[in-house]
Amino acid sequence: MLEARGLFKSFGKIAAVRGVSFAARDGQITGLLGPNGAGKSTTLRMLYTVLKADQGDAFIDGTSVTADPLAARRSIGVLSHGAGVYNNLTARENITYFGELHGLERADREARAAELIEMLEMQPFADRLAKGFSQGQKLKTALARALVHRPRNLLLDEPTNGLDVMAVRNLRKLLGQLRDAGHCVLFSSHVMQEVEHLCDEVVVINGGQVVAAGTLADIRARVANSHLEDAFVSLTDGDDGEPK
Amino acid sequence: MNLRGIWTVFRKEFRENLRDRRTLLSALVFGPVISPVLVAVLVQFLISRTETQADQDISLAVIHAEYAPNLLNYLEARGIKIEKVDFDEAGARQAVAKQTHNIVLEIPPDFGQRLQAGEPAPVVLYSDGSRGFERQGVSRVRALVANYGIEIAQLRFLARGIDPISVLPISVQEIDVSTPSGRSVFVLNMMTYLVLLSMLFGGLYLAIDATAGERERGSLEVLLTSPVPREHLIYGKILAAAAYMFISLVLTVTMFALAMSFVGLERLGASANLGPAPAALLVGCCASLILFGSAYLTIISAFAKTYREAQTYLQLVVTIPTMPLIFAGLLGLQTKTSLMFVPFLSQHLLMTTVVRAEQIEPLHILVSAGSTLVYGVLLAYIAGRLYRREALLG
Repeated sequence: MLEARGLFKSFGKIAAVRGVSFAARDGQITGLLGPNGAGKSTTLRMLYTVLKADQGDAFIDGTSVTADPLAARRSIGVLSHGAGVYNNLTARENITYFGELHGLERADREARAAELIEMLEMQPFADRLAKGFSQGQKLKTALARALVHRPRNLLLDEPTNGLDVMAVRNLRKLLGQLRDAGHCVLFSSHVMQEVEHLCDEVVVINGGQVVAAGTLADIRARVANSHLEDAFVSLTDGDDGEPK
Repeated sequence: MNLRGIWTVFRKEFRENLRDRRTLLSALVFGPVISPVLVAVLVQFLISRTETQADQDISLAVIHAEYAPNLLNYLEARGIKIEKVDFDEAGARQAVAKQTHNIVLEIPPDFGQRLQAGEPAPVVLYSDGSRGFERQGVSRVRALVANYGIEIAQLRFLARGIDPISVLPISVQEIDVSTPSGRSVFVLNMMTYLVLLSMLFGGLYLAIDATAGERERGSLEVLLTSPVPREHLIYGKILAAAAYMFISLVLTVTMFALAMSFVGLERLGASANLGPAPAALLVGCCASLILFGSAYLTIISAFAKTYREAQTYLQLVVTIPTMPLIFAGLLGLQTKTSLMFVPFLSQHLLMTTVVRAEQIEPLHILVSAGSTLVYGVLLAYIAGRLYRREALLG
């Protein structure tokens, strides 16, 4: 369960996020939808504790990210923008490194890495250095790394960027499995189809503010448009997402 | 406090960089192998140059040799090779400038007459003072000609019934008290400089890779979401850079010890005190500097935007701590307690003392190691504070 309550964040004079509140529930996939520069990444970064909110707070399973960021971090898995991995470590070492950072004992983290490698079908490249990985292989490695400590909550920043069709399908399947296992999944995207295919709930962000939230049906009903894309355009006035 | 995170980061950075060609080359090859070999080659060159010069006959071109046959016999008897030439003044200047003849002696036509008349008889010696390697030959010729003059003077006194000894009221006896080790000071100054620089370079790429590199690759953000305090992450990285610096230091000192034993400094009348025990002492002198160095490089690279930017900064910044060494060389600074508070300089002075086989004061080692360690801990702490800032994400 992830909860944002009245988050504000400015970088110098630019107000990137202006009072964002929403909740992402367990056993659901929540999509953070918005055009480029709408404040999606900044919101996610405050949720996963690398940025401090100027105002407001966020809660991970009830733990405040400002009061106890270390505890909050234990129950989140993060896939950051670009899915950077360590090129001079193998995929397996990338995973166990994060297991160790999360305090898993050696036997535990190795077993867990093996489990994730099987689950994500990473066997062919699991013990190769990440140097020559394709974007899809990097993403799988980063995803396994995010899941190594069995977090209840998973936050993904534009996970499908640069992926081919097959990789996107695999990702969708995996996120579906995680939802069914009761995890709370929150991901940001500016791609309609993805959100449409995957999400149970959608939070539409524009100009640093939430402009609509609810199930897909709710949103369509609200703007009386059966196409999410058209609904999106009417919600964001077709602008470029920058705060005004 | 749970320090496991520091250990985890340290192990990962250490292992990952073992697989990085750039880090390995700079830690294990560039500093440790190339600089000792360069110094060895340079020293070898100096030695062979000095040796051949000492043995070589000095050749002297003489204009109007016929006017001073006795002087020339005197010179020839003392190992000067005489070559008779026929130049005017401009020709002599040109010959020296063009190096067809390095030293030219001109005897004026009235040389014999003036000598006989008891008047001062001038001779002219052409040489090029800017060519260091010939200065020895020139001063040898000058000394011999002067000696010849003194011998004539003594004969004149004798002929007038005066004891020639009484006209030499003062005789200077030169005694060179420099120890053989002390004489190699130039080489050794260069060596301590290179040891310190090589040590810093050992951790340079790891420092960049672990900070600016990690951010550029996009893995930093996820690292910051792990439940390890941010300052522990940076402490782990600092320690990993320190480990590479230590390896680089040990290798460099070992290689210097080996290289110097092959070169044969004793033929220069100098010896470097570089057996296993002094080498270990050298490493010990510098060990306290490692934390300082790695924290220093880490702080600077942590705030560069990209790997390249960090690289540009660091290649400059890495030489800054070695500035005091240059001043020490220029000012001829002596080892004293107050200088032991200056990092890099104190290590340089201690190393020089060790290599010159002089007595080393325990207090100096204590002050040097203690103060440098305190600076290092302070810098690491600052790095930790800086790593908690958001600007880190870039």
